[in-house]
Amino acid sequence: MEKHHINALKEIVGEENVLTSAEDLYCYSYDATPGHAHMPDAVVSPANTAETSKILKLANENHIPVYTRGSGTNLSAGCVPTKGGIVLLMTRLNKILEVDLENLVAVVEPGVIVADLNKEIASLGLIYPPDPGTVATATLGGTVAENAGGLRGLKYGVSKHYVMGLEVVLANGDIMNTGGKNVKDVSGYDMTKLFTGSEGTLCVITKIISKLVPAPEARKAMMAIFKDLDNAGKAVSSIIAAKIIPATLEIMDNATIRTVEDYAKVGLPLDAEAVLLIEVDGNPIVVEKEAEKVMEALKANHADLVQIAKDDAERDKLWAARRAALPALAKLRPTTYVEDATVPRNKVPDFLREVSSIAKKHNVTIGTFGHAGDGNMHPTIVCDIRIPEEMERVYQAMDEMFKAAIALGGTLSGEHGIGLGKLPWMEQQHGLVTMNAMRSIKRALDPNLILNPGKLVGEC
Amino acid sequence: MTEKITAKDINEQDKALLSDLQDALANCMKCGNCMEVCPVYKEVGKEAAVARGKLSLMEGVLKGSIPLSAAFDAAMSKCVSCKACTAKCPCGVPADELILRGRQAAVKARGLHPIKKKVFALLKNRHLFDFSLRMAGIFGPLSFKKIPGKMAALARFPMPGMDYKRVTAPFASTPLRSQYPEVIKVDRPTMRVGFFTGCTINYIYTDVGQSVINVLKENNIEVTMPSMQHCCGTPVYMSGDVDSAKILAKHNIETFDSYNFDYIVSACGSCTEAFRIEFPHLFHDDPKMSAMTEKLAKKTYEISEFLIDVVKIDKTKLGPVNATVTMHDPCHMARGIKVTKQPREVLKSIPGLHFVEMKAPDRCCGSGGSFSLGNYELSRKINDKKIADIASTNADTVVTSCGTCRMHLTDGLFQNNMNQDALHVIQVLDRSYKAGHQK
Ligand SMILES: Cc1cc2nc3c(=O)[nH]c(=O)nc-3n(C[C@H](O)[C@H](O)[C@H](O)COP(=O)(O)OP(=O)(O)OC[C@H]3O[C@@H](n4cnc5c(N)ncnc54)[C@H](O)[C@@H]3O)c2cc1C
Ligand code: SF4
Ligand code: SF4
Repeated sequence: MEKHHINALKEIVGEENVLTSAEDLYCYSYDATPGHAHMPDAVVSPANTAETSKILKLANENHIPVYTRGSGTNLSAGCVPTKGGIVLLMTRLNKILEVDLENLVAVVEPGVIVADLNKEIASLGLIYPPDPGTVATATLGGTVAENAGGLRGLKYGVSKHYVMGLEVVLANGDIMNTGGKNVKDVSGYDMTKLFTGSEGTLCVITKIISKLVPAPEARKAMMAIFKDLDNAGKAVSSIIAAKIIPATLEIMDNATIRTVEDYAKVGLPLDAEAVLLIEVDGNPIVVEKEAEKVMEALKANHADLVQIAKDDAERDKLWAARRAALPALAKLRPTTYVEDATVPRNKVPDFLREVSSIAKKHNVTIGTFGHAGDGNMHPTIVCDIRIPEEMERVYQAMDEMFKAAIALGGTLSGEHGIGLGKLPWMEQQHGLVTMNAMRSIKRALDPNLILNPGKLVGEC
Repeated sequence: MTEKITAKDINEQDKALLSDLQDALANCMKCGNCMEVCPVYKEVGKEAAVARGKLSLMEGVLKGSIPLSAAFDAAMSKCVSCKACTAKCPCGVPADELILRGRQAAVKARGLHPIKKKVFALLKNRHLFDFSLRMAGIFGPLSFKKIPGKMAALARFPMPGMDYKRVTAPFASTPLRSQYPEVIKVDRPTMRVGFFTGCTINYIYTDVGQSVINVLKENNIEVTMPSMQHCCGTPVYMSGDVDSAKILAKHNIETFDSYNFDYIVSACGSCTEAFRIEFPHLFHDDPKMSAMTEKLAKKTYEISEFLIDVVKIDKTKLGPVNATVTMHDPCHMARGIKVTKQPREVLKSIPGLHFVEMKAPDRCCGSGGSFSLGNYELSRKINDKKIADIASTNADTVVTSCGTCRMHLTDGLFQNNMNQDALHVIQVLDRSYKAGHQK
């Protein structure tokens, strides 16, 4: 980038909203993904759509790469400015523009933090359900661009189920609106869905129209400990077969259980092969009945110990183990990879077994926990990125793990996105035809390849 | 640009300075969870303001990718040391301590912030320090305009580094330790306690010190305020000047050790933390000092903690205090020595007192020890959030357990045209004992 480009950017957003010092640039060279960092040439924070449009026009005309960034908590190197250029920081667009109670929709700017939207609408008895582990830090723009999910995915779905419309700026600076407040809408290609999960490669999101739903009136949490992994798998299937869709249905494997117990001393037996955490929510009467059925299913499938929370304090206790999973694993070693390979629900036990045998084979530490209800697993690899020999083994284990997920009919990523991290396996999952179709879309919307170039679909 | 000192220069001068940090820094997984709680980041909104950014910058300096520049220095100083990031961190990274280390590196390379340099040069010399703060007390009215009825004054002309409009407490015309004999005797004492007053209580909030003494006397405890005690060194330490901090710490440790007290009390989270956590840390590799320091650390208590856990005060002696009270937990109480229950128990023991919890009572008020000296605007913004939380409780009094927090809250209340009282917990208890005598 040339000096006059920086000056032009300063003209657009004001001097104080263009960062160029080495120290500031260094702070935007990374996101939450281990092992990827590159310095940008400038960090630019627009205040609104018009400024965003001007920035993109300038970048497009001068072929300057643009890396859009929310809070930088993604796990697929989506924000890393691998080719320099501009980091486009969207956090100043942080207003909740409208909460429409008649249509149950919110119109928000992309820099709003997910938890802040939920705080705002809580008093109205509403929720915005997608709740990644980073609800308190991630932006709506980032979650929509990643199509983020969360703990409640099984019952409530993921980001794409809530995005009804968008305002976006295209690579050339054109401003475009998609969708709207209509519950039903089949007019034209579904551009809203295309942009949701596009990881900053097709457009910059500047406004989000999102669906809201009534907050559940009651909830009930249960925990079950299994000495036999297959019984846990069968319990999950029986719960669903009993036509109960819990809000949360989480599993932890033996490696995770041992680590959690060592760290938090919550009283889990070290030889347990699986722990399930289940929460049902909704109408209080229905919740009671569903909880009963869940307990029956757990016992029928030989759970070795079951517990049900009588009140919020007991609920917190049951959740403590699951909450401790990531912190406990992350403290073992300096580097933590939280992966999110996903398999069909009934393949969860098979996948967990595959992962532990891969871990053993390559002598790497992997604890797996995740959303058993929707098959979204989080094999968490802890290691030290500064030791090349160890990383060699880690990459081999990763490779086999992703291939195993694909072989089980699964997918590389359930919610964290592809970015750079999982790019090498994309063609394996999708095949060349699909990859070419995706690349054609990328080239059509971003002919100069300035938006997050090299990510998601690779070099075009 | 100002002159830059590169990592290479630094390494040549002092190889060990940052390098042992490499492992600690590598433990940060860059999850960004600290963004949720960092009061400075919430106001500034830039990555360099949050722990994740600051730690990365340190890593960058170590790798030689970025210089140990003025901007690095500035980033390290933008931290109120509230420990909120450390408490939140899934990887157990002690970010606040690492940032201090970053500051120390910057201090070595570039020297202190000019304003702090003046204040701290004064701190190191006990006599000069005592003298100038006494002078400030005696000539206080010259530089501070009093606000009627409050332990507060408006700076009338700019003090070095102090904002013109800022409200600070006036320096006392007689410091606490000059108002009393060194040993305050009681009939048949149950124990002998050394009172580490700290600077704020000795020179400014003598009213808090008087309450501490009154309350201990009510409990038949003999109080001694060793005349040779000095600033605990925390402000100096927090600014990255370790060598000076060690001089101050050693002096205090030797002074208090020579009295052989049953307990040491202080009325401030940071001072307690200094005796209990920082001193042992400073001298962990010095066998002689270390034994003495550990012994004192075990005996040291914050006043509310002492009264509830050790003295187990007799609540029947308390009289009514009719007030609606809310409480701010200082960072060094909540996350430093982890004492939050006991001050609440003190308040709840007082008849007639209505206690209301404010939203996020343990969120930093923005004072950050001497942080507000160099970053007043920023610390005011953080403070405004706290003041809004206080307002929404409708309390008529806000209490806390730290002199600098009290000063910062008083300033914030004044700037927001509110007339709540800002007091130390112990003052309310003192009132309650007094009311008890009138029963
Ligand atoms: C500890 C931890 C736990 C996590 N748990 C979960 C989880 O449970 N579920 C889950 O789904 N994810 C999870 N994540 C991943 C991450 O939090 C999510 O991907 C989140 O949505 C990212 O939001 P962000 O604001 O940080 O976006 P960023 O990281 O800033 O950006 C993410 C991507 O979106 C693009 N982008 C950002 N803003 C815009 C915009 N306005 N327009 C266009 N593109 C944009 C960026 O270019 C980038 O490619 C977790 C991460 C961590 C560190
Ligand atoms: S919370 Fe801890 S691990 Fe996460 S970015 Fe902050 S310091 Fe690093
Ligand atoms: S100690 Fe407080 S101010 Fe400093 S980085 Fe951590 S959260 Fe921010």
